[in-house]
This record gives sequence, C-alpha cells and structure tokens, in this order.
Amino acid sequence: MPAKLILSLNNSVLGEYPLDKERIVLGRKAENDIQVDNLAVSGQHAAIITILSDSFLEDLESTNGTYVNGKLVKKHALKNGDVITIGKHELKYVNDEATEEDDFEKTMIIRPGMTGHAAAAAKAEEQTPSAPAGGGGPSAAAPAGDGQTPTGKIQVLSGPGAGKELELKKALITLGRPGVQVAVITRRPQGYFITHVEGKQPVVNGSSIGSQAHALKDHDVIELAGVKMEFFQG
Amino acid sequence: MATNGKLEIVGVSDVGRKRSHNEDSIGSDTEIGLAVLADGMGGYQAGEVASAIAVETVLSELRARIKQIDPGEVDDESGFSRESLLIKAAIEKANETIYQTAQDKPECHGMGTTIVTVAFYEDRLTVAHIGDSRLYRLREGNFEQVTSDHSLLQELIDKGFYTPEEARKSLNKNLVTRAMGIEPGVSPDIQEEFVKPGDLYLLCSDGLTDLVEDHEIAVILRSYAGNLEEAGRHLVQKANDYGGKDNISVILARTLKRFTAKKTWVSKVFDWF
Repeated sequence: MPAKLILSLNNSVLGEYPLDKERIVLGRKAENDIQVDNLAVSGQHAAIITILSDSFLEDLESTNGTYVNGKLVKKHALKNGDVITIGKHELKYVNDEATEEDDFEKTMIIRPGMTGHAAAAAKAEEQTPSAPAGGGGPSAAAPAGDGQTPTGKIQVLSGPGAGKELELKKALITLGRPGVQVAVITRRPQGYFITHVEGKQPVVNGSSIGSQAHALKDHDVIELAGVKMEFFQG
Repeated sequence: MATNGKLEIVGVSDVGRKRSHNEDSIGSDTEIGLAVLADGMGGYQAGEVASAIAVETVLSELRARIKQIDPGEVDDESGFSRESLLIKAAIEKANETIYQTAQDKPECHGMGTTIVTVAFYEDRLTVAHIGDSRLYRLREGNFEQVTSDHSLLQELIDKGFYTPEEARKSLNKNLVTRAMGIEPGVSPDIQEEFVKPGDLYLLCSDGLTDLVEDHEIAVILRSYAGNLEEAGRHLVQKANDYGGKDNISVILARTLKRFTAKKTWVSKVFDWF
C-alpha cells in the first residue's frame, strides 16, 4: 500500500491522497494534484517526491512557508506520522509500510535525477523501462551526462605577479614554492578542491584550511607562500 | 617499473554473514601501481560475472597499455593525465563487455557492477569510480573520503533533504544512480590527487561502509597501519561483527616512498610561481 496524506482543517478530515506518483504538487490552484483552496496557500505551495517507499517534502518557495511538526522547512525527509501544515490546513503523512531491512538489502540501480524536476524525470521515464518495483533486479540507469566541472581560474592579487591569471584546466595543479609552502588544486566532479602538501597549511579567506581537502567557492581568496590570489568558479 | 617496491597493496574480499555468495571482485598489480574493486549486482547470480569482467578488463587493459605512454604526461585537450585517459577507456571497454554479455546471456540479464580503481604514478594518483564503492585516504592521521557516491542517498544529501548524519539512518542505502553494464555507455568520475609517501588508501565496497562508520574505520587503520593485512582483516571482521549483511571487500594501498620516474619532485611541483 502506498503511503498517503490525510488532509484536514480544524480536525475534520477533508480527503485522503495516496502518494502513488513520483511527484505530487499541492497548492491553491486547481491544476495541483492536491488542491487546498485557501488564500494562505500559494498557487504551487509544496511538492512531495516519492521514491520507492520513502517520501520527501519540498517547499516551492511559498509565501507563507511549509511547516512539519511545527517547524519551518524547505526540504524534509518525511517520517510516518509527520504533520505538514500549510496555512491552517494540516496534512498527516501516513506510511504503514514497515520498511523491512531486507527490502533494501540488495543493491539496486535507479536512474539518476529522481529527485530532480518532474519534467526531466518524466522524460527519462518515457525512454527507459520503469523503475524497479520492489525486490527485482536493476532495470534502468541513465548515463549521467552531468559533464565536467566548468574550468575555473585563479588570479594573483598581490606581489610582483599581481594580475597574472592561471586557467585551472588540468585535473591536478601544484601551486607554491617548494621548501616554503606547496598546495595542490584538484578538479573533482563536484568542483575544485585545495589540499595542503608541504610547509604551512594554506589560508583561504583568512583561515587555515587544515589538512583535509577544502572545497573552493567562487571568489575565495587563497594565501600561499606569501602570495594572495582569488579563485573564480568559471 | 615506476611503482615497484614503492607501493604496498593488500586486498581482502569476504562473503559476509548473510549472502550465499560473493558478488564483489578485487584485483591489484603493484608493478604497474593499480588497484581495482567492483561490487556486482543483479541478474541470477550474475553480479559476480559483472564485477569480475570489470576488474579483469581494467587490469589487463592497463597492463597492456601503460608502458606505451609517457608517465604523468598531461593531455592538453582534457587536462587529464595519459593514465587517467587509459583508465577511462578501460572502464568504457569493460562496460561494453558487461553490457553485451548481459544482453546475450539470459542468465546474465540485468547484471551490473560498481567500480572504484586507483592508479599510482609520478607522485600522483588517478581514481575513477562509478556507483557507491569508495576511496578513502589516511594521511598524517587524517581520514578523508576522496570519492563521492553515485547513490540516491548522496543525491538527496546534495539536494538538502538530508544531513549526512540523518542519511546514516535512512533506509535507502543501497540505491545506486550509476552503474556499469546497464547501458551501452558509461560515465566514470575521474579525479587526480597528489600522493605523499606514507599515505594509506582504502578502496571498499558498501558492505563495509553501510555497517562501519568512518571514524571506526579510521581507528582501525591508525591502529594497524604497520600491517596492512591485519588492518584489512580487522575491517572485514568489524563489518561481520555488525551483521555482515553484504559482501565486504577492501583494498589497502600504501605509498612507501616517492615514485617519480624521471623528473624530480621539486621541478614537478614548480608548476606556478
């Protein structure tokens, strides 16, 4: 049995909605899967994404916000018994399916981006067989053509080399002065990371990065071997 | 060869306590500095077919081709080293073989596998992975995950539905969003990292990481760092102590000294200012 939402207002039940689609949108307008006709509710207020037996709530930048058990949330993994409040309406999340560990013991393959936009997901569904419906084997995984990290660059801010730019085109770039201070910048699928190699730990935005790889953000200022430089995401 | 005598690699693969057979495969070659681990799945007992093809193809492709390239040379077009491009090509070839076998043999239909593979060369490494098999690094006492899983859970963490702490309690642990053998094409994540002497690297399947938390893995590695076989055995034992619900595979690789073939480290490091 799929999980469901029970909609109520002032403790009187208005309806029950099974979560039998990957994405269910609730809001004031009639085209929503769950319509809550009240001015406190935004046109498209929140979405519920269901993957196998788990559901996730996402506020769609509603004017008055979405609350779970009294707490304002943007994104929330729903648990059995959670109460979602939008305006004065309440939706209780009921998931009786005692999720047995065995259901998930076997590794299964699903297509990527299931938590993404409905349109993209729907499109993927047309092209591939449906997602595994329970204990079966893998059935669909798309080639995640998520591409490379865009090429970033660094620009020297201080010293004789000020203004000099370096495109971070290589997968691994070493920076610094051997014997003084050396760091490497690596291009990972999630973005650029800086890691200490030799000498003192490099400083990013005024604080030492420690000894682990540190994710670089756009406009981060790196200090290394007495030189200041700025990182650009690209 | 470049890494011979400069690298120590030890692997352990265990069926665990709940499964009837081991679908993981591991392989390594200290001479060319390569370690490969794959966690097979799906099909009628064909998971081990998929993982074995993945490991054997990557090993044999690299053995055949690594001597033909200039060690550590960077391809201007992609920014990756020649070694990275070889690994990418080997994974693509393995993927085609697994995919074709799955299409041709009914008993193999639906099989797939994860992979994580590491090549050491010129004081650096390339790690390529698909799925939820991981690479960790212990450097100067600091334990750190190098790869990022292709799993539903990681996707949900990235999108902000879960914190990593909440994720540990989630039930959706074993849903991978990328695997080998499922489609004609495949897209591995490839990273290059700088390697220091004394670094300890751990490749592992989710049979370890679903049950043993990172800080516990780190404690075992720090305690048995002097003996990789002991360390590997203790990691597997720990996962079995916690129920051993899946196959458990680990490969430990330690860099004993620097391994540049020709250029000195200093000149290599002097990329910029």
